[in-house]
Amino acid sequence: MLRLPAFRYHRPRTIDEAVSLLARFDDGDAMPVAGGTDLMPNMKHRLFTPGHVVSLNGIAAMRGIVAVNGTGPGSRNGGAHGGEGPRLRIGALQSLADVSGHPLVRRHCAGLAEAAGLVAGPQLRNMGTIGGNVCLDTRCTYYNQTEFWRDALGYCLKKDGTVCHVTRVGRKCVAAHSADTPPNLIALGATLTLAGPGGTREIPAADFFVTDGIRNTRRAKDEILTEIAVPVAEGRRSAYRKLRQRHSIDFPLLSVAVTGDFAEDGTVTGLTGVVSALGARPRVLAGWDAIAVGGRLGTDVIEALGERARAQCRPLENIIVDPEWRRAMVPVYVKRALRALA
Amino acid sequence: MGRNGRGAAAADGSAREAAGRAERDGRGAPLNTIGRPMRKVDGLAKATGRARYTDDIRLPGMLHGKILRSPHPHARIVAVDTSRAEALEGVHAVVTGRDMPTAYGIIPWTPDEYPLCVDKVRYIGDGVAAVAAVDEDTAIAALDLIDVTYEELPAYLDPHEAIAAEAGPYIHEPRKPGWNGNVTKVVKLAFGDVDAGLEEADVVVESDYFFEGTTHTPIEPHCAIGLAEGNGKLTVWSATQVPHYLHRELARVLDVDPAKVRVIQPPVGGAFGGKSEPFDLEFCVAKLSMTTGRPVKILYTREEVFYAHRGRHPFHMKYRTGATREGMLTAVDAEIVLDGGAYASFGLVTTYYSGQLLTAPYRMPAYRFHSTRAYTNKPACGPKRGHGSVQPRFAIEVQLDRIAERLEIDPIELRRRNFIGAHTRTVNDLRVTSNGFLECLEEVERASGWKRKHRRLPYGRGVGVAGSTYITGTNYPIYPNEMPQSGVQLQVDRSGRVAVFSGASEIGQGVDSMVAYVVAEELGVPLEHIRVLAGDTDFTPVDLGAYSSRVTFMLGNACIEASRKLKAKVRKAVAEAWEAKPREVLLAGGLAVRAGDTGTSMPLREAFNLAEAKFGTLGATGSYNTPKDVHGSYRGATIGASPAYSFTAHVAEVEVDPETGFVTVEKIWIAHDCGRALNPVLVAGQMEGSAYMGFAEALMEEQIFKSADQGRAGLHNAPSLLDYRIPTSLDTPALESLIVESIDPEGPYGAKEAGEGPLHPSIPAIANAIYDAVGVRMDSLPFSPPRVWRALQAAAGGRWAPTSARAGRVAAVGVAK
Repeated sequence: MLRLPAFRYHRPRTIDEAVSLLARFDDGDAMPVAGGTDLMPNMKHRLFTPGHVVSLNGIAAMRGIVAVNGTGPGSRNGGAHGGEGPRLRIGALQSLADVSGHPLVRRHCAGLAEAAGLVAGPQLRNMGTIGGNVCLDTRCTYYNQTEFWRDALGYCLKKDGTVCHVTRVGRKCVAAHSADTPPNLIALGATLTLAGPGGTREIPAADFFVTDGIRNTRRAKDEILTEIAVPVAEGRRSAYRKLRQRHSIDFPLLSVAVTGDFAEDGTVTGLTGVVSALGARPRVLAGWDAIAVGGRLGTDVIEALGERARAQCRPLENIIVDPEWRRAMVPVYVKRALRALA
Repeated sequence: MGRNGRGAAAADGSAREAAGRAERDGRGAPLNTIGRPMRKVDGLAKATGRARYTDDIRLPGMLHGKILRSPHPHARIVAVDTSRAEALEGVHAVVTGRDMPTAYGIIPWTPDEYPLCVDKVRYIGDGVAAVAAVDEDTAIAALDLIDVTYEELPAYLDPHEAIAAEAGPYIHEPRKPGWNGNVTKVVKLAFGDVDAGLEEADVVVESDYFFEGTTHTPIEPHCAIGLAEGNGKLTVWSATQVPHYLHRELARVLDVDPAKVRVIQPPVGGAFGGKSEPFDLEFCVAKLSMTTGRPVKILYTREEVFYAHRGRHPFHMKYRTGATREGMLTAVDAEIVLDGGAYASFGLVTTYYSGQLLTAPYRMPAYRFHSTRAYTNKPACGPKRGHGSVQPRFAIEVQLDRIAERLEIDPIELRRRNFIGAHTRTVNDLRVTSNGFLECLEEVERASGWKRKHRRLPYGRGVGVAGSTYITGTNYPIYPNEMPQSGVQLQVDRSGRVAVFSGASEIGQGVDSMVAYVVAEELGVPLEHIRVLAGDTDFTPVDLGAYSSRVTFMLGNACIEASRKLKAKVRKAVAEAWEAKPREVLLAGGLAVRAGDTGTSMPLREAFNLAEAKFGTLGATGSYNTPKDVHGSYRGATIGASPAYSFTAHVAEVEVDPETGFVTVEKIWIAHDCGRALNPVLVAGQMEGSAYMGFAEALMEEQIFKSADQGRAGLHNAPSLLDYRIPTSLDTPALESLIVESIDPEGPYGAKEAGEGPLHPSIPAIANAIYDAVGVRMDSLPFSPPRVWRALQAAAGGRWAPTSARAGRVAAVGVAK
């Protein structure tokens, strides 16, 4: 069995305590852990060797799923202000199994519930948390390997090396964002709450990710994702489709989240599509409103949206799977997700 | 429901119970235990977590070992400096290849590996040095302090390139001057006039096939513990399936008197052929213990299991198959290149098997094969469940499907017409005895609803059929000798308990249970009064190991022989007491009973005591050796020879998503002629497990390596169970086992093998079903979504070209699931 490197384990009871523990140690020497389903294998692979691991599991304030009646409409485009309308507040420590099975999530954010229920397998969904899924490290065939393997390779740009074996040129890491829930959170217009030494801040899920495979989120190393707020509204429907070769347990080769707002007569009033697992940042598909808003989500519209998606996505070989096939699957999966809305 | 090969029994045995018939042995005597569904004798311990596997063993003062592995696919070892590692606190010993410079190999003619590399490394992961330390973390830290200087050599990844490099550089020194050191073995055999057969054929089908390599993925990684004691005795515990061969090689390589070596095989958590030869860790724990005087354990990481490999060889195959207008085969011509990886392993046998095992269940008037096994700088390939014949079976069964289509003959009917028959010889002169293949075809045809499905299902849905045969044990041991292949010893206690000392390896397949069932049947002892003591070379007779589906047939016969010797003594003693004839004494249900007078009986314990009083301490041995007249006399004729052959047919039903290339196998019907099902539950378990493994190889599994363009030549693509995908139970199709019993004349109660044969047809049946569903031929494994999608793209969207045979089928591309 692979061995974990030695570390000191901390179990604070409050967010403040956790933040100050993270801030106390030199950059990167302390890392937060919740379910551990991503961090522990990565530590066994020596991708991270923190001297201190700060468990968030004792922090009661980071649990719970509650509906909050807001003062305004549940706008998906309100950015940080989206939190003012009716919304679901999901504590970052809620397990993926909790999120996928929760009646409020299933009712208001079907795509999110679906995505949480498709992460890994049942045991891992019981341990893994939604916060951990949002903060999941990027993945690549040249990175998620043992120390021995990476040494034989000569390491890579993301960790300990200087070369990207995917692109073989350039100084940019193209490890893929591989979490299932963030594309849905983005499509749903969710807001993330981060707690740090300077207090808390809110950031739209859409702005949380950056196109850097080495570190693809705006979370500072001494910040903790504490809560996720998802605006809810009547007439809003969402769906998720995940491409993977083994349906019982696999990371996505491609993920598609869609959220639509519909008038009572079925007219589309807003439509967002997010595609991920291709690069470091989930991609919000552009130009959808112009195609879809104001009409019904019929076959022609779905076809056109699928084609737009194809034009915007170019998979790389950060996973050893035929990239042309992955690209061809973009419109197929986008259309399947959209059909689930219609 | 018929018996004796005329019908099939439901796998759960319910049908036979409903029939209310007594089982009978080959001579018509009723059977009480054999043929009934029974628990495994070790099932409870394993299901409740109480079985103690090798890694569960902790000895006082035990050290932990780790092996330093090569980061290069091919390099000369210039220098190894272990001094810094030896100086690390907590390190007790470091050994290198120079400490164990004797070459070994499971096949005595091709010894080409060392416990640790001496002069060269030949794949990424090859062992170079080993450390014993107070704990694993210290051992790992010590590996970093071993300085190895390498001189890199060009690496061969492609077997064709390795073969073409006739002048070198070589991966191995040629075994004889002038030979190509990149070739393990070449086999060219021809039977009958192949050219004439192809000439006179009405149809000749020629195709290329590629079988990607796969590995075993036992859930228990390899693990071994060495204990050298002051008196020169060496004990090695190991998760092996061949304790006897390990015993021999440990003694030879470490230069220890074999009489002082003891091999203990604890329960094994899966093997599938991947633990059927010695591995570096077994020599290393022994040597490190001899060096330190303390017990030493090494447990492989999952990554190391992928490097140890010995899994299925990648095969590049070209087949030409001729048939008459009526579908009768006229000739088969095969050319095969085997990608062997860095060492020979069982490769000499694999090269023969690639051709020799294809000559049933269909009659071939003429057959020729030319197989070449190349060395490459990748982990060594070896035997995996269905050793050597799963790959060519895939090819030939797709060839038959092509012929059937060309001739517009139903593929099941085509197979039926070519049936070789029972009690016959194959074109390569292998003796075939019992043969229930026709019943297998009938069963899958009936159960699957074949006639209303084949070429009649809507676009995207299809069925495919395939058949196969497999050996029930190899006719000869791996090292030539005249001694029995399997032996067993019984000992009777005064309590009525019977102890069975069995040298066979329980690897989950149920051999310990089989032994108990046979002894219970013969002596009439209740199962719970039988103690099977196995897997320890100090007190068990030799059995050659759990490989080639040999154990039930060979050890089962040995058990019958030993039990009957014992039974004769017991009957004689009891007969004397009753003033009866020995044949009037029956042993059954825990009693000795007088035939024709059931009022006269005594508990078996008393019967055993009478026998012990009369004959002295009660025990018996039994053994089995193979008949020698079952093969031809040409060079290589013995390889592929077996005392009996099993037969299988599958029908697979699939759904193909033409938009994505995803193949969903809905169900596989598995009909298997196992001779007799000694325990139908275990037989069905083997059939399901085999079909599952074939299905997994068909759709998902790939033991593949990165090229230089992908960062590093010869680096395993993904040595983890996350990225080397095996299907979970959720991904597994419905499996229906249909047991066919042909009652083999030489098998124990008529039994033949069931553990490997039923794997073979899975893959071609799925390939043929994909063709029936969407009209594309999948000639390369695996049938992963990208490959199926590409095949559909190449076939212009995969629409059926309407022909008379397929009139009425509606092509509807793009239906969402």
